[in-house]
Amino acid sequence: MKKNNVILQTTAKVTFFIIFLFSIHIFFAGHFAPGGGFVGGLLTTGAIVLLLLAFDLETVQATLPFNFTVVIGIGLLLSLGTAAGSILFNVPFFTHAFAHFDLPLFGDTELHTAMIFDSGVYLVVVGAAITIIQSIGGDE
Amino acid sequence: MNIFIWVCLIIIFLSMLGTLIRVFKGPSTPDRLIALDGIGVMLISIIALLSIVFDTIFFIDVILLIAIMSFIGTVSFSKFIEKGAIIDRDTRR
Repeated sequence: MKKNNVILQTTAKVTFFIIFLFSIHIFFAGHFAPGGGFVGGLLTTGAIVLLLLAFDLETVQATLPFNFTVVIGIGLLLSLGTAAGSILFNVPFFTHAFAHFDLPLFGDTELHTAMIFDSGVYLVVVGAAITIIQSIGGDE
Repeated sequence: MNIFIWVCLIIIFLSMLGTLIRVFKGPSTPDRLIALDGIGVMLISIIALLSIVFDTIFFIDVILLIAIMSFIGTVSFSKFIEKGAIIDRDTRR
C-alpha cells in the first residue's frame, strides 16, 4: 500500500523557508537580543529535520549535498581562527574588535569579530546535530 | 487591565490542568499526542501574557520557537505512530 503524504510535503516546502529565515534572524540578532549561534544552529537543524520527516534521507542528502562532518571542521576552524587572529595584532588570545562601518544598504552598521566566532558555533551545532540525526535515522 | 491578564492566566492554567488529565489517562497514544500539542499552544499563550506582564518584547522569539518545535514534534510523533519509523531511507521504492 502506498501512502500519500501530499499535505505534509507541501507544508514542509513552505515552512522550511520560514523556519530557516527565523533561524537566520535569531543568529544575527544574537548580539543585542536573545539568540545567537547555538539557538540559530538548532533552528536550522529543526528546518532540515522537517525536510527529513516529510521526504526521505536520500532526497534530503541529494538536495543538501554537504558532508556535515566537514561542516563541523569548518566551524571549529572559523572559531579558532578568530581567536588566534588576535595574536597577529599583538593583543591577547580571544581579544575581539569592533568598528562602525557605513554599508551601502544597511547604513551605519556595527561589525564585530564576535560574529565570526558565532558563525563558527552555528556551523558546529548544525553539523553535529545533523550528523547525529542522519546516522541514527538512516539505518535499516 | 492587570486583573484581566491575571484572570486570563488563571483560566489558561486551569485548561492546562484539564488537558494534563487527558495526557495522564488518555486511553490511546493519539489522545496523549493531541493533548501535548494543545499544551504547547497554551504555553505559547502563557508566554504572550507574561510578556505583557513583564513589559518586555524579548519573549516574542520564544513564542515562534515553541510553535515551530511543537509542530515538528507532533509531526514526528504522528509519523512514528503511523509508520513505525520516523526517517525513511527511500520512499520511492
